[in-house]
Amino acid sequence: MMKFIIRRLLSLIPTMFIIITLSFFLIHIAPGGPFSGEKKLPPHVLANILKKYHMDEPLGAQYLRYLNDVILHFDLGPSYRYEDQSVNGLISATMPRSIFLGFVSLLLSVALGGAAGIISALRQNKWQDYLSMSVAVIGISVPLFVIGPVIQLIFAMQLHWLPVTGWINSRAGWVTLIMPAVTLAFPYFAYIARLSRGSVLEVLRSDYIRTARAKGLKESVVIGKHVLKGAMLPVVSYLGPAFAGIITGSIVVETVFQIPGVGRIFVQSALNRDYTLIMGDIITYSAVLVFANFLVDVIYGFLDPRIAYK
Amino acid sequence: MKRVLIILFALMAVGGLVAQDFIMNNNTEPQSLDPSLIQGVPEHHIYMSLFEGLVINDPKTAHALPGVAEKWSTSPDGMTLTFNLRHNAKWSDGHPVTAQDFVYGWLRTLDPDTGAQYAYMIGMVVKGANDFNSFAPDKNKSDADNKAAKEALRAAVGVVAKDNYTLVVTLSSPAPYAIDMMAHYAFSPEPKWAIDKYGSEWIKPGKFIGDGPFVLKEWAPQDHIKVVKSNTYWDARNVHLKSITFLPIEDNKVAYNKFENGEIDWDYGVPLDLLDQIKLRADYQVAPEVGTYYFIFNTKRAPVDNVLVRKALSMAVDKKTLVDKITKGGQVVADTITPDMPPYKAPAGNPYNVAEAKKLLAQAGYPDGKGFPPLTIIYNTSDAHKKICEYVQAQWKDNLGIDVSLQNVEWKTFLAQRSQQHDFQVARAGWIGDYLDPQTFLDMFESDSGNNDGQYTNAKYDNLVKNDLKEKSPQREKTMAEAEKMLIHDDQAIMPIYFYVSQSMIDTRKWGGWFNNPLDIHNWKFIYKK
Repeated sequence: MMKFIIRRLLSLIPTMFIIITLSFFLIHIAPGGPFSGEKKLPPHVLANILKKYHMDEPLGAQYLRYLNDVILHFDLGPSYRYEDQSVNGLISATMPRSIFLGFVSLLLSVALGGAAGIISALRQNKWQDYLSMSVAVIGISVPLFVIGPVIQLIFAMQLHWLPVTGWINSRAGWVTLIMPAVTLAFPYFAYIARLSRGSVLEVLRSDYIRTARAKGLKESVVIGKHVLKGAMLPVVSYLGPAFAGIITGSIVVETVFQIPGVGRIFVQSALNRDYTLIMGDIITYSAVLVFANFLVDVIYGFLDPRIAYK
Repeated sequence: MKRVLIILFALMAVGGLVAQDFIMNNNTEPQSLDPSLIQGVPEHHIYMSLFEGLVINDPKTAHALPGVAEKWSTSPDGMTLTFNLRHNAKWSDGHPVTAQDFVYGWLRTLDPDTGAQYAYMIGMVVKGANDFNSFAPDKNKSDADNKAAKEALRAAVGVVAKDNYTLVVTLSSPAPYAIDMMAHYAFSPEPKWAIDKYGSEWIKPGKFIGDGPFVLKEWAPQDHIKVVKSNTYWDARNVHLKSITFLPIEDNKVAYNKFENGEIDWDYGVPLDLLDQIKLRADYQVAPEVGTYYFIFNTKRAPVDNVLVRKALSMAVDKKTLVDKITKGGQVVADTITPDMPPYKAPAGNPYNVAEAKKLLAQAGYPDGKGFPPLTIIYNTSDAHKKICEYVQAQWKDNLGIDVSLQNVEWKTFLAQRSQQHDFQVARAGWIGDYLDPQTFLDMFESDSGNNDGQYTNAKYDNLVKNDLKEKSPQREKTMAEAEKMLIHDDQAIMPIYFYVSQSMIDTRKWGGWFNNPLDIHNWKFIYKK
């Protein structure tokens, strides 16, 4: 097991290296640069700025300098756009907010989605099933940039129950979390509900459940001990990509609800050609993605006795 | 019970008087708070709360009012400005604001190592500034020689502290707008001792030192910036707001919703697709701005290298209908590049005249648009630009019978294509004046200007625009008008479309001291709750 974990961890290194190299050169191919604007800078002013950031050097030399800074010093460089701030500082300030929001949303979607899925399966083709599956269809098919503004319109603009935007450090406090977390959770709730319904139904028809019932076990024990444990496997394997997706996919929600998270600066940095910040975001996102997948692989091993690591 | 109620009401009334907390949507996270590094409007909003230069902008006219400088005088030849600083101006740590702080701040902005974008602003008016800013070490010389050369250039910059409270500025030409320009953040004083001590961290909360009416309290990147009233500011008695919070909301619909919900007091900019209903509101503020929206003709690309074609295209667009039906924000039709800036009077441009336009196009060899080569308008991706370009496209089709295609390009790519490679025939552009003088518009079309994207060249024009600086009013205005006539009437280097308006949501029945003005600059020290 330990061997597997180490091997799996080591394989992350070349993945990250390829991502860094590819994105570094792709970004520099994109037309335009961080210092262009409607009013063009006089050549000597631009030369001073390029020199300050070592951008007057050949691209290869810049790449080596960047690799050196990132690998040896964990230094993602200064942001070209936010001149008083480093990329490390920007990401470490914004990333925890996105992770926190993602975590709350995921918790919501697992709890509610799982419950809805199980109830649907146990009451198959009854009204409970139809209701939760209808809600799930809405969650899957209506995009976030519609759900977000609609609940904003209802709960903030019409009912005045919640502030339009804000984050937990604002005057309004924790209630600011409600709308963004619910919005972000919606599609994942829907997916998990459908996933768990399907897998509970499948397990209910399996032989070992029939055996359990034949043994005369109480229905609550059959469901609680045998059905759920088996049925949750697909949900768990979905959690890794879901967690990565919920963090990297929170861009829309962060924009609609003005959450100072990492998703918003990602989009802005690309538009601003803020090379170092784009690179920093890409590296962080990739790290989250590959690490989440790695964790799922490991957890899977604990849950499913059929999988053996060699 | 009654007594309790009275006390309660009294407390609420006092609370209402004291609650001078102001929240504004500043549209984006500022690039910096360091006066040497900032650029752009959102940064300027914050700058005005934290720093004060020699002069500040009058809230009604945007012209210069005394700031740290109590009074100033201009030498008879117009080349030397002498500023007398007030003795009671203080930094937020209690240090007096001295002439040396200005010298230090300007030279730091100009120092090539700082890499300041707005160094060119000082370079436009102050003698020796561009030379110092352009300094690059000579590889064939020793470090000591290079250092000496750099120091010589630094010393030659025309800004000198005659004593602690007298600043003498030598100009590169007798620019009549130089004093107004001094309100710009490029001309800010800076606290040397704080910058030496903290380096680039000096503008972070806790370390920050400024000389403005407010001091930095909180800065949560991408979330908010909060400034609170300064006790050391020389005119603190007349500063009414207790605090200002700047929010970086980029989506103008979200910001508008927050404004409607009473969560922000000033929303800078409005969502354009809601303009029809917003226009009717009492808290919608709209005012002419010193800015022009126009199309650039690439004078080196067929078919718009032909002046007859350019004139025909320009005269075939009904701009009145465009501002009434498409932009709808109260924009004013522009036939010239310079907006209204008295005492300057802009010459007449080419009016909307379809018959004349057709005649010109026939003269150019394309009667009724027959045989007209393919023509493309490029614009940076945005719904507003798209609508305008589609309108112009339809006008040229209907009035001249020519087919034009449109191409939208992402902003930075657009800038590379238009301004670096000059790879276009017709491109949209917008220009906001840096100060209240036609020069800020006219000098971008000089042959060697970096902003001359249409590659317009006319030696006569260059001469006029360079010479007007040496002239006195009213001759100077005449020279500028002659130049502009060449640009927009005779040569039709560009097609002016409309003059920008500034649009804001702020309830001026609730907030006093906020006035519409042509530069859309609103100094915080004047704003108060009514």
